Amino acid sequence: MMIRTFQTLILALASFLTVPFAAAQEPLRVDITQGHLDPLPIALPEFVSTGEDVDEMAVEITRVVTNDLASSGLFAPTDPAAYIEVIESVNQLPRFEDWRVIQSSALLVGEVSRVEDGRLRVIYRLWDTRLQEQMIGGQLTVAEQNWRRIGHKIADAVYQRMTGEAGYFDTRIVYVAEGRSANGQTLRQLAIMDQDGANPYYLTDRSYMALLPNYSPSAQEITYVSFLDGQATTYIYDLDTGRQEALFASGGTGSASQIDPDGQSLSARFSPDGERLAVSVETRTGHDIHLFDLRTRALERLTRHPADDVEPSFSPDGERIVFSSGRSGGSQLYIMNADGTDTQRITFGEGRYTTPVWSPRGDLIAFTKQSGGTFSLGVVRADGSGIERILFEGYYVDTPAWSPNGRVLLFTRGEPRADATRYEIWSVDLAGFNLRRLATGGMASDPAWSPLID
Amino acid sequence: MKIKLFAIVAMTAFATACASTPAEVDEPIPAPRPEPVAQPAQPAGPTAGSVEHFVATAGDRVFFGYDRHDLTAEARSTLRSQAAWLNTYSDARITISGNCDERGTREYNLALGARRANAARDYLISQGVDASRITTRSFGKENPTCTESNESCWAINRNSITTITGGYTN
Repeated sequence: MMIRTFQTLILALASFLTVPFAAAQEPLRVDITQGHLDPLPIALPEFVSTGEDVDEMAVEITRVVTNDLASSGLFAPTDPAAYIEVIESVNQLPRFEDWRVIQSSALLVGEVSRVEDGRLRVIYRLWDTRLQEQMIGGQLTVAEQNWRRIGHKIADAVYQRMTGEAGYFDTRIVYVAEGRSANGQTLRQLAIMDQDGANPYYLTDRSYMALLPNYSPSAQEITYVSFLDGQATTYIYDLDTGRQEALFASGGTGSASQIDPDGQSLSARFSPDGERLAVSVETRTGHDIHLFDLRTRALERLTRHPADDVEPSFSPDGERIVFSSGRSGGSQLYIMNADGTDTQRITFGEGRYTTPVWSPRGDLIAFTKQSGGTFSLGVVRADGSGIERILFEGYYVDTPAWSPNGRVLLFTRGEPRADATRYEIWSVDLAGFNLRRLATGGMASDPAWSPLID
Repeated sequence: MKIKLFAIVAMTAFATACASTPAEVDEPIPAPRPEPVAQPAQPAGPTAGSVEHFVATAGDRVFFGYDRHDLTAEARSTLRSQAAWLNTYSDARITISGNCDERGTREYNLALGARRANAARDYLISQGVDASRITTRSFGKENPTCTESNESCWAINRNSITTITGGYTN
């Protein structure tokens, strides 16, 4: 019953997201300080350990699942101190009344064991305590060093069962770790971590500045902007081998001769099939959107406007590209076909619109809007209606990045401090709720969210 | 001249200090000092044709308005001085770096910084500096001169900076 109510609420949320947008002249503002829909109370008793050698794993995996579900804002883990029944086996039928009485609508139980080859195995079941039915059950086996991924995969399974949409917990985030050297020099290095902040490490060293990473659809490569060569240059980085190279290093063909040899190349985004990149490259007349074919290494120029055309992002069907351009005076967002034809403006509001990123669901485009002294994170419909919604407003906003299911946005948030602006990565859901800081160690910016990992 | 002036100031300061000492103590008399020996003429400033000379005589940077890349009258004046210097020291090569304040998103500012560097480059070329001596780059908002979050800092950071990279006198 409660579960069904929750699903109704999720459906209500979904329709809320698609229906009541304000007209373009009056963007609807969401007050993030207001409350959210009641999250679903879920009991997450410590997973059963089948041997001393997995006792700690059982505790830690339960913690990973609990943190993931709580961080979504859609689930409220209930207090373990209130639990009455002790789960001794994943195969026992729970005493549902014991869980209902402590207001736990759902119950997740799990059991951790070690199989013959040393890997870890977790069996789990998700119960509806009102209907007294199992909602999902499953079994996962991984190498011990990947134990956290079991927790993320179980959390994804629970999220998917309860919301009807794919989760986003078994993912990673590449970002720019910002620091300061002993002599006061600003350092910007690429770093990677699990979605929940675990397992962070640097991808680039501190000898040069790295900015604006983007993931490939396979999650095996990223593009980024490197200052290794003295100015902004598009690089591609293989996360498996650590090999990296300048995108145009081997010399472009096709219309590459139009590129200003002294010019810069900026943030590149992959086409959904992973075969091409859209990238803004400086030409003799400004910055223009180009397509780079990763197999033939041919570069094709798509825009020829004297104004700067930057920040291209593909639609999820690969048919269209959104970008920002100063062609109307201030920076606004435009959509064109992926061959450069049929360009249409999609934002019409006051202020400067930049950083468009197409939602994986296809219907919305995230952006940064700068108006007066304020920066906003917003989404606008891709259909040209100009209907937009602001999700967050603050001192500084930049580089939105979608969760793979299109329900959550990461973004760079800046707040002024006495000596310098402090940058952190925050997340917010598509309704403008559940604003949270990402667990990076220090200052961070430019998040790129991986696809779900297989 | 400078040395003499210093000696006078020092003696005056000494006398002033002594004026406050108790009267029963004899006033010490400063030891006679030798007349300063004439030194070889010091150059008035940095070595001609050096990086320091460029900065001191031409100025290494020009400033832009908020979200602008057009050159102000003041910027053009500085760039004419830079061009005059570069036309005198015609072996010098330069890099022009465009910079922005932090009140813009990252990629937008990388493009804007390139526009600023190019505006400075084009003006130098119009003043007779050969294009082959000039490279440009943009740091966007990533390399600020001043890091505080206020308008006076942002105005300082909206610039193009001309750096002599070769062909100068040490």
